[in-house]
Amino acid sequence: MRLIASAFLVGLLFGLGLVVSQMVNPAKVLAFLDIFGNWDPSLALVMGGAVAAAAVGFAIAGRRSAPLWAPAFQIPTRRDLDARLITGAALFGIGWGLVGLCPGPAITALSLGMWQVFVFVAAMLAGMSLFRLLPATGAAPSPAR
Amino acid sequence: MENFTPVSALIGGLLIGTSAALFLLLYGRITGISGILGGVLKPVRSDVAWRLSFIAGLLIAPLLYGAVTGGLPPVEIDAPLGLLIAAGLLVGFGTRLGSGCTSGHGVCGIARLSPRSLMATGVFMATAILTVLVTRHFLGV
Repeated sequence: MRLIASAFLVGLLFGLGLVVSQMVNPAKVLAFLDIFGNWDPSLALVMGGAVAAAAVGFAIAGRRSAPLWAPAFQIPTRRDLDARLITGAALFGIGWGLVGLCPGPAITALSLGMWQVFVFVAAMLAGMSLFRLLPATGAAPSPAR
Repeated sequence: MENFTPVSALIGGLLIGTSAALFLLLYGRITGISGILGGVLKPVRSDVAWRLSFIAGLLIAPLLYGAVTGGLPPVEIDAPLGLLIAAGLLVGFGTRLGSGCTSGHGVCGIARLSPRSLMATGVFMATAILTVLVTRHFLGV
Protein backbone atom coordinates (compact mmCIF):
# COMPACT_ATOMS: atom_id res chain seq x y z
CA MET A 1 0.00 0.00 0.00
CA ARG A 2 2.86 2.34 0.89
CA LEU A 3 4.47 1.56 -2.49
CA ILE A 4 1.24 2.28 -4.35
CA ALA A 5 0.68 5.59 -2.55
CA SER A 6 4.25 6.78 -2.97
CA ALA A 7 4.30 5.74 -6.64
CA PHE A 8 1.28 7.97 -7.14
CA LEU A 9 2.98 10.94 -5.46
CA VAL A 10 6.22 10.38 -7.36
CA GLY A 11 4.25 10.19 -10.63
CA LEU A 12 2.37 13.35 -9.69
CA LEU A 13 5.63 15.22 -8.98
CA PHE A 14 7.15 13.93 -12.21
CA GLY A 15 4.05 14.98 -14.17
CA LEU A 16 4.07 18.44 -12.57
CA GLY A 17 7.69 18.79 -13.68
CA LEU A 18 6.68 17.88 -17.23
CA VAL A 19 3.84 20.43 -17.13
CA VAL A 20 5.79 23.29 -15.50
CA SER A 21 8.71 22.82 -17.89
CA GLN A 22 6.27 22.65 -20.87
CA MET A 23 7.69 19.30 -21.94
CA VAL A 24 4.07 18.17 -22.39
CA ASN A 25 3.86 20.59 -25.31
CA PRO A 26 5.20 18.90 -28.46
CA ALA A 27 5.65 22.30 -30.14
CA LYS A 28 8.06 23.29 -27.34
CA VAL A 29 9.98 20.03 -27.70
CA LEU A 30 10.26 20.38 -31.49
CA ALA A 31 11.47 23.98 -31.04
CA PHE A 32 14.27 22.58 -28.86
CA LEU A 33 15.17 19.86 -31.36
CA ASP A 34 15.16 22.42 -34.20
CA ILE A 35 18.72 23.62 -33.59
CA PHE A 36 19.10 24.75 -37.19
CA GLY A 37 15.89 26.81 -37.08
CA ASN A 38 14.42 29.20 -34.51
CA TRP A 39 16.05 27.32 -31.63
CA ASP A 40 14.47 27.31 -28.16
CA PRO A 41 17.12 25.97 -25.73
CA SER A 42 14.68 25.66 -22.78
CA LEU A 43 14.64 21.88 -22.71
CA ALA A 44 18.40 21.74 -22.17
CA LEU A 45 17.67 23.35 -18.79
CA VAL A 46 14.92 20.81 -18.11
CA MET A 47 17.44 18.03 -18.71
CA GLY A 48 20.14 19.84 -16.73
CA GLY A 49 17.88 20.43 -13.73
CA ALA A 50 16.52 16.89 -13.81
CA VAL A 51 19.95 15.28 -14.11
CA ALA A 52 21.36 17.45 -11.30
CA ALA A 53 18.55 16.56 -8.87
CA ALA A 54 18.62 12.86 -9.84
CA ALA A 55 22.43 12.82 -9.43
CA VAL A 56 22.01 13.94 -5.80
CA GLY A 57 19.70 10.95 -5.34
CA PHE A 58 22.24 8.56 -6.87
CA ALA A 59 25.06 10.04 -4.78
CA ILE A 60 23.08 9.42 -1.58
CA ALA A 61 22.02 5.97 -2.82
CA GLY A 62 25.65 5.10 -3.48
CA ARG A 63 26.43 5.41 0.23
CA ARG A 64 23.55 3.17 1.29
CA SER A 65 23.29 -0.59 1.12
CA ALA A 66 19.54 -0.57 0.48
CA PRO A 67 16.72 1.89 -0.22
CA LEU A 68 14.53 3.00 2.71
CA TRP A 69 11.43 0.93 1.96
CA ALA A 70 12.69 -1.97 -0.17
CA PRO A 71 15.23 -4.75 0.34
CA ALA A 72 17.62 -3.80 -2.50
CA PHE A 73 18.41 -1.28 -5.23
CA GLN A 74 17.28 -2.36 -8.71
CA ILE A 75 19.71 -0.43 -10.87
CA PRO A 76 20.72 -1.74 -14.32
CA THR A 77 24.19 -3.25 -14.25
CA ARG A 78 24.94 -3.79 -17.96
CA ARG A 79 27.72 -1.64 -19.41
CA ASP A 80 28.08 -3.10 -22.92
CA LEU A 81 26.96 -1.15 -25.97
CA ASP A 82 25.03 -3.51 -28.24
CA ALA A 83 23.14 -3.18 -31.50
CA ARG A 84 19.74 -3.34 -29.80
CA LEU A 85 20.54 -0.36 -27.58
CA ILE A 86 21.75 1.77 -30.48
CA THR A 87 19.05 0.72 -32.96
CA GLY A 88 16.32 1.18 -30.34
CA ALA A 89 17.58 4.62 -29.35
CA ALA A 90 17.83 5.65 -33.03
CA LEU A 91 14.24 4.54 -33.78
CA PHE A 92 12.98 6.27 -30.63
CA GLY A 93 14.75 9.49 -31.65
CA ILE A 94 13.14 9.44 -35.10
CA GLY A 95 9.67 8.98 -33.59
CA TRP A 96 10.34 11.69 -31.00
CA GLY A 97 11.50 14.08 -33.72
CA LEU A 98 8.45 13.40 -35.93
CA VAL A 99 5.84 14.57 -33.42
CA GLY A 100 7.66 15.85 -30.30
CA LEU A 101 6.17 13.35 -27.85
CA CYS A 102 8.08 10.85 -25.70
CA PRO A 103 6.48 8.40 -23.23
CA GLY A 104 6.20 10.56 -20.06
CA PRO A 105 4.81 13.70 -21.66
CA ALA A 106 2.52 11.63 -23.91
CA ILE A 107 0.86 9.93 -20.92
CA THR A 108 0.67 13.19 -18.97
CA ALA A 109 -0.86 15.06 -21.93
CA LEU A 110 -3.64 12.44 -22.24
CA SER A 111 -5.72 14.18 -19.57
CA LEU A 112 -5.72 17.39 -21.63
CA GLY A 113 -8.05 15.59 -24.03
CA MET A 114 -6.55 16.06 -27.49
CA TRP A 115 -7.36 13.23 -29.93
CA GLN A 116 -3.86 13.40 -31.40
CA VAL A 117 -2.34 12.39 -28.05
CA PHE A 118 -4.70 9.42 -27.75
CA VAL A 119 -3.72 8.22 -31.24
CA PHE A 120 -0.03 8.62 -30.41
CA VAL A 121 -0.30 6.74 -27.09
CA ALA A 122 -2.33 3.91 -28.69
CA ALA A 123 0.34 3.54 -31.38
CA MET A 124 3.09 3.74 -28.74
CA LEU A 125 1.51 0.91 -26.72
CA ALA A 126 1.14 -1.09 -29.96
CA GLY A 127 4.84 -0.50 -30.67
CA MET A 128 5.76 -1.69 -27.19
CA SER A 129 3.62 -4.80 -27.67
CA LEU A 130 5.24 -5.47 -31.06
CA PHE A 131 8.61 -5.47 -29.34
CA ARG A 132 7.49 -8.35 -27.15
CA LEU A 133 7.11 -10.48 -30.29
CA LEU A 134 10.86 -10.18 -30.90
CA PRO A 135 12.88 -13.23 -29.86
CA ALA A 136 14.79 -12.65 -26.63
CA THR A 137 18.57 -12.28 -26.79
CA GLY A 138 21.01 -14.51 -24.98
CA ALA A 139 22.10 -11.72 -22.65
CA ALA A 140 20.45 -11.43 -19.25
CA PRO A 141 17.63 -8.87 -19.42
CA SER A 142 18.41 -5.52 -17.87
CA PRO A 143 15.97 -4.44 -15.13
CA ALA A 144 13.13 -2.33 -16.53
CA ARG A 145 13.90 1.36 -16.63
CA MET B 1 15.32 32.35 -29.09
CA GLU B 2 12.35 34.60 -28.22
CA ASN B 3 10.50 31.63 -26.70
CA PHE B 4 13.28 30.74 -24.23
CA THR B 5 11.75 30.01 -20.79
CA PRO B 6 14.77 29.27 -18.58
CA VAL B 7 13.12 29.64 -15.15
CA SER B 8 10.11 27.35 -15.69
CA ALA B 9 12.37 24.88 -17.55
CA LEU B 10 14.80 24.69 -14.64
CA ILE B 11 12.06 24.42 -12.01
CA GLY B 12 10.29 21.72 -14.04
CA GLY B 13 13.53 19.84 -14.50
CA LEU B 14 14.29 19.97 -10.78
CA LEU B 15 10.81 18.56 -10.04
CA ILE B 16 11.39 15.69 -12.49
CA GLY B 17 14.83 14.93 -11.04
CA THR B 18 13.58 15.16 -7.46
CA SER B 19 10.83 12.72 -8.31
CA ALA B 20 13.41 10.29 -9.73
CA ALA B 21 15.69 10.75 -6.69
CA LEU B 22 12.81 10.11 -4.29
CA PHE B 23 11.73 6.89 -5.96
CA LEU B 24 15.33 5.70 -6.03
CA LEU B 25 15.92 6.39 -2.34
CA LEU B 26 12.57 4.95 -1.23
CA TYR B 27 12.32 1.90 -3.48
CA GLY B 28 15.65 1.63 -5.26
CA ARG B 29 14.06 1.92 -8.68
CA ILE B 30 14.92 3.86 -11.82
CA THR B 31 12.13 6.24 -12.87
CA GLY B 32 11.95 5.31 -16.53
CA ILE B 33 8.53 5.89 -18.03
CA SER B 34 8.90 3.47 -20.94
CA GLY B 35 10.00 0.73 -18.54
CA ILE B 36 7.15 1.45 -16.12
CA LEU B 37 4.66 1.34 -19.03
CA GLY B 38 6.26 -1.76 -20.52
CA GLY B 39 5.77 -3.54 -17.20
CA VAL B 40 2.03 -2.87 -17.39
CA LEU B 41 1.82 -4.49 -20.82
CA LYS B 42 3.50 -7.63 -19.51
CA PRO B 43 1.81 -7.88 -16.15
CA VAL B 44 3.36 -9.57 -13.17
CA ARG B 45 0.62 -9.57 -10.58
CA SER B 46 2.49 -8.10 -7.59
CA ASP B 47 4.12 -5.51 -9.78
CA VAL B 48 1.28 -3.85 -11.68
CA ALA B 49 -0.51 -1.78 -9.02
CA TRP B 50 2.35 0.64 -8.31
CA ARG B 51 2.96 1.11 -12.04
CA LEU B 52 -0.70 2.03 -12.63
CA SER B 53 -0.56 4.28 -9.58
CA PHE B 54 2.51 6.08 -10.96
CA ILE B 55 0.71 6.55 -14.30
CA ALA B 56 -2.36 7.89 -12.45
CA GLY B 57 -0.05 10.48 -10.85
CA LEU B 58 1.19 11.53 -14.29
CA LEU B 59 -2.41 11.87 -15.52
CA ILE B 60 -3.58 13.91 -12.52
CA ALA B 61 -0.61 16.33 -12.69
CA PRO B 62 -1.95 18.65 -15.44
CA LEU B 63 -5.37 18.74 -13.76
CA LEU B 64 -3.82 19.69 -10.41
CA TYR B 65 -1.70 22.30 -12.18
CA GLY B 66 -4.85 23.64 -13.84
CA ALA B 67 -6.76 23.75 -10.56
CA VAL B 68 -3.96 25.69 -8.83
CA THR B 69 -3.03 28.12 -11.61
CA GLY B 70 -6.45 28.43 -13.25
CA GLY B 71 -5.12 27.53 -16.70
CA LEU B 72 -4.18 24.29 -18.40
CA PRO B 73 -0.77 24.00 -20.08
CA PRO B 74 -0.79 24.38 -23.87
CA VAL B 75 -0.40 21.26 -26.01
CA GLU B 76 0.13 22.19 -29.66
CA ILE B 77 0.23 19.33 -32.18
CA ASP B 78 -0.27 19.75 -35.88
CA ALA B 79 0.88 16.30 -37.01
CA PRO B 80 -1.58 14.42 -39.25
CA LEU B 81 -3.00 11.00 -38.31
CA GLY B 82 -0.48 8.91 -40.26
CA LEU B 83 2.48 10.71 -38.73
CA LEU B 84 1.07 10.32 -35.20
CA ILE B 85 0.72 6.56 -35.72
CA ALA B 86 4.20 6.18 -37.25
CA ALA B 87 5.78 8.26 -34.48
CA GLY B 88 3.96 6.35 -31.75
CA LEU B 89 5.01 2.98 -33.16
CA LEU B 90 8.64 4.10 -33.43
CA VAL B 91 8.67 5.55 -29.90
CA GLY B 92 7.01 2.47 -28.38
CA PHE B 93 9.12 -0.10 -30.20
CA GLY B 94 12.35 1.92 -30.01
CA THR B 95 12.19 2.61 -26.27
CA ARG B 96 11.68 -1.09 -25.50
CA LEU B 97 14.38 -2.24 -27.91
CA GLY B 98 16.78 0.38 -26.53
CA SER B 99 15.56 -0.26 -22.94
CA GLY B 100 14.83 3.36 -22.08
CA CYS B 101 13.63 6.80 -23.11
CA THR B 102 14.28 10.42 -22.10
CA SER B 103 13.64 9.63 -18.43
CA GLY B 104 15.37 6.26 -17.91
CA HIS B 105 18.38 6.94 -20.14
CA GLY B 106 18.31 10.74 -20.43
CA VAL B 107 17.73 11.65 -16.79
CA CYS B 108 18.50 8.66 -14.53
CA GLY B 109 21.14 7.13 -16.82
CA ILE B 110 23.15 10.32 -17.27
CA ALA B 111 22.81 11.11 -13.55
CA ARG B 112 24.55 7.82 -12.74
CA LEU B 113 26.96 8.10 -15.71
CA SER B 114 25.87 4.79 -17.25
CA PRO B 115 27.81 4.23 -20.50
CA ARG B 116 24.76 2.60 -22.12
CA SER B 117 22.55 5.55 -21.22
CA LEU B 118 25.10 8.13 -22.36
CA MET B 119 25.30 6.33 -25.69
CA ALA B 120 21.52 5.92 -26.00
CA THR B 121 20.90 9.58 -25.14
CA GLY B 122 23.49 10.75 -27.67
CA VAL B 123 21.92 8.55 -30.34
CA PHE B 124 18.28 9.53 -29.74
CA MET B 125 19.12 13.23 -29.45
CA ALA B 126 21.05 13.03 -32.73
CA THR B 127 18.34 11.17 -34.65
CA ALA B 128 15.62 13.45 -33.23
CA ILE B 129 17.53 16.60 -34.25
CA LEU B 130 18.20 15.09 -37.67
CA THR B 131 14.52 14.14 -38.07
CA VAL B 132 13.40 17.69 -37.27
CA LEU B 133 16.02 19.08 -39.65
CA VAL B 134 14.83 16.85 -42.49
CA THR B 135 11.08 17.24 -41.91
CA ARG B 136 11.09 21.00 -41.24
CA HIS B 137 13.83 22.33 -43.43
CA PHE B 138 14.04 19.88 -46.34
CA LEU B 139 10.53 18.44 -46.62
CA GLY B 140 8.73 21.44 -45.10
CA VAL B 141 6.31 19.28 -43.05
